[in-house]
Amino acid sequence: MRNNGILRIIARFLIPLIMLFALYIQFHGEYSPGGGFQAGVVFAAAWILFALIYGLDAALDVIPERAMYVLMLVGVLIYAGVGVAGVVLGGHFLDFRPLLDDPQYAQQFGIVTVELGIGITVSTVTMLIFTMFVQRRADSLEAGEND
Amino acid sequence: MLFAIYSLLSAALFAVLDAGDVALTEAAVGAGISTILMLALLALVPRREAEAPRPHWPALAVVVLTGSVLIYATLDFPEFGNPDNPVQTHVGPYYVEETYNDMGIPNMVAAVLASYRSIDTMGEGFVILTAGLAVYALLGTRRRKPKGEQKKQETPGS
Repeated sequence: MRNNGILRIIARFLIPLIMLFALYIQFHGEYSPGGGFQAGVVFAAAWILFALIYGLDAALDVIPERAMYVLMLVGVLIYAGVGVAGVVLGGHFLDFRPLLDDPQYAQQFGIVTVELGIGITVSTVTMLIFTMFVQRRADSLEAGEND
Repeated sequence: MLFAIYSLLSAALFAVLDAGDVALTEAAVGAGISTILMLALLALVPRREAEAPRPHWPALAVVVLTGSVLIYATLDFPEFGNPDNPVQTHVGPYYVEETYNDMGIPNMVAAVLASYRSIDTMGEGFVILTAGLAVYALLGTRRRKPKGEQKKQETPGS
């Protein structure tokens, strides 16, 4: 669909806005509706729109498949790591209060960090599922067995 | 398509009901990502449905039985919208009153999700990771190329 001018121009305007909005609901999630899950999905949606317009190969140049494997684990590890950090600093698992001196700031720090982990995992898993589907489609087209 | 429209309408309904978080999720996941994944899936499957075998009566019996048990269980639900319901009286008031003192943030949904019920949310993160791993396990193996042709495309990944 790269040759369709309307799609290309609209997408070029929209994709940065969608990504910016995703970052907004990621890092402003404590004050307004939103959070890691929504931000991850919106970010992945922007990437999928890019893949639909410019092709999957161009999109995989931006975020390679290998990076998705790593990042989806990194997201969960960030989450669990914050929990373990609470244990190491003398609290319960996923207890944020020992992390910083002020309990309110510690809670906010914990919330922002775990939301970041969730956002990374959700967005990369969504991208990965889309990539898998499209690649399997390309493979079966290549094998010529799709009627 | 109908599911996407349904999700978009429910997102609008949630927005009207002041449930911004749920509306955002419904619009992004239900109307956006699910539709795209469903279309990608439809492109994968063959165009014709496989010939269905005879109806499987034990399976039908199990489904009907489970469904009727679930419907029977809904009779025990507390009255809809009653202010004395457990959901209104158990931990809900604590969250409404104390979230700002505990966390200093106004969004109670984020506070409950990420701090009060953090282990649940971590479980959800692992569920999503598992979903990704499952799709990778099912679809991640590249199909073996026929011998003799397209030798240069045998590099893994693309």
